[in-house]
Amino acid sequence: MLNASLKQLSAMLAARKISSVELTSEFLKRSRALNPEYNAFITLDERTSLAQAQAADILIGSGRGQPLTGIPIAQKDIFCTKGWLTTCGSKMLSNFISPYDAHVIGRFNAVGAVNIGKTNMDEFAMGSSNETSFYGPVKNPWDTAAVPGGSSGGSACAVAARMAPAATGTDTGGSIRQPAALCGISGLKPTYGLVSRYGMVAFASSLDQGGPMAKSAEDLALMLNVMAGFDARDSTSLEREPEDYTRDLEKPLDGLRIGLPKEYFVKEIDEDVARAVEAAIGQYRKLGAETVEVSLPNTKLSVPVYYVLAPAEASSNLSRFDGVRYGYRAPDYLDLNDMYRKTRAQGFGSEVKRRILIGTYVLSHGYYDAYYIQAQKLRRLMAQDFAEAFKQCDVIMGPTSPTVAFDLGERSSDPVQMYLSDAYTIAVNLAGLPAMSIPVGFGHKNRPVGLHIIGNYFAEAQMLNVAHQYQLESDWHTRMPKE
Amino acid sequence: MSLSLDDVKRVANLARIEISEDEARKALIQLSGIFDLIEQMQAVDTSAITPMSHAQDVMQRLRADAVTEIDQRELFQSVAPQVEAGLYLVPKVIE
Repeated sequence: MLNASLKQLSAMLAARKISSVELTSEFLKRSRALNPEYNAFITLDERTSLAQAQAADILIGSGRGQPLTGIPIAQKDIFCTKGWLTTCGSKMLSNFISPYDAHVIGRFNAVGAVNIGKTNMDEFAMGSSNETSFYGPVKNPWDTAAVPGGSSGGSACAVAARMAPAATGTDTGGSIRQPAALCGISGLKPTYGLVSRYGMVAFASSLDQGGPMAKSAEDLALMLNVMAGFDARDSTSLEREPEDYTRDLEKPLDGLRIGLPKEYFVKEIDEDVARAVEAAIGQYRKLGAETVEVSLPNTKLSVPVYYVLAPAEASSNLSRFDGVRYGYRAPDYLDLNDMYRKTRAQGFGSEVKRRILIGTYVLSHGYYDAYYIQAQKLRRLMAQDFAEAFKQCDVIMGPTSPTVAFDLGERSSDPVQMYLSDAYTIAVNLAGLPAMSIPVGFGHKNRPVGLHIIGNYFAEAQMLNVAHQYQLESDWHTRMPKE
Repeated sequence: MSLSLDDVKRVANLARIEISEDEARKALIQLSGIFDLIEQMQAVDTSAITPMSHAQDVMQRLRADAVTEIDQRELFQSVAPQVEAGLYLVPKVIE
């Protein structure tokens, strides 16, 4: 049952072979047992989860069950969840019981899914290793000396260790795909605007996007069916007809054109990663796909551009944490200004402060054009590069991360090294495109390798098809780490 | 261009983050490394390019100018650090 797909679990629930209470209890028991070691969850609340499971059982019993009714889902602690502690991995929100639900949480509640707990994450989603969390680092279940990736490291760990059948994540520069790759699971960042950002604690609003993390592409499709949809409360939510993201899963891949950017297959990639990715591409050729070389000439600029735009937006978004309306307030201060300064100095961790300082600087008088406007211009160049590439191919493939999971502590003292680990994922957020990572093997020290699949705008169903057809022919996504 | 210690302190003040001399020195080293990376952007001539402020080139939606929120003051203030008589308390600003 631990390794069952969402479809299988849903069928078992519908046939009353198992109740949601039994299923939820099983995963809660496992989460409680493993969490002291992995630290994947910030909050587990058995009583609330089991009450939701009971309600789901009634729903299923009355014949009103839907595909995810009664299934326990781990929620990244960035999604405001009414009545639950919602910390965003920060001391600043360490006392914040959310008075309302994020749109995504509301969607899961509406179909009767069970919230099994809130997952650990890098503070305010700023990090690639989960080491910036106020609640301590998450361990990679494949090797506890390694990081799980970030920022959605708790969600990736929970799914990889089978503490939850599926989870939610958010992705501003790779925060779904990189931890998915490093933990050997599947993760999808949708087209910008597909999943509402309402109630999702904001980091960089023009880049942030919620998405699903699960064992397989088929599971991701079922999750996305619930998560995606128009929401008037998010001003950038897109008004589109609802889609069934499972609709194309079974399509054969004959004639699929896979673009391989020459800038992605360079000496910066570790050999073990390159080998697994090339083997996966070989498998795609056997499935009927053809490969074409494409070029994304401005790839190298994506990290510098991102580290102007994301901190700029973050410095503005995080100005709301002032110790007045919610969250942490410093215990001692002289006056209002001192209260702000002390509250923010004590409430934010060092990575968050660093990014606020960068953002404040690039937006300040005299530097705005040189940094912020220049970065926005380069952002357009990068989006144009993708548009050119997609004239020659249907999807783009490459490694999700240039290395397998690195050791805890290995990069935490050098922010630049940490930032460069997101070189492949960041450009996708800048362009607003959808992309995913699926497991395609193991590298150094038996740590997982992820394949990055980038699609054109709104090509989620096609990307899921591409991933699913590979997973029908491989078993990487069914492998479980030893306990 | 290179960042100075005064820049770091000025920016920390603008961002309302208290910073000690020691922290400012440490931040200066790390921020300088990051800005070295960021400087790569200046090598590209972008004079003919329009800035892209958003992932989608769509117009912002408008809505009717009508009240849609209900009063949830008590609920929202239940998570505030300090409230009294329905008001958020902050240190005195005007004597």
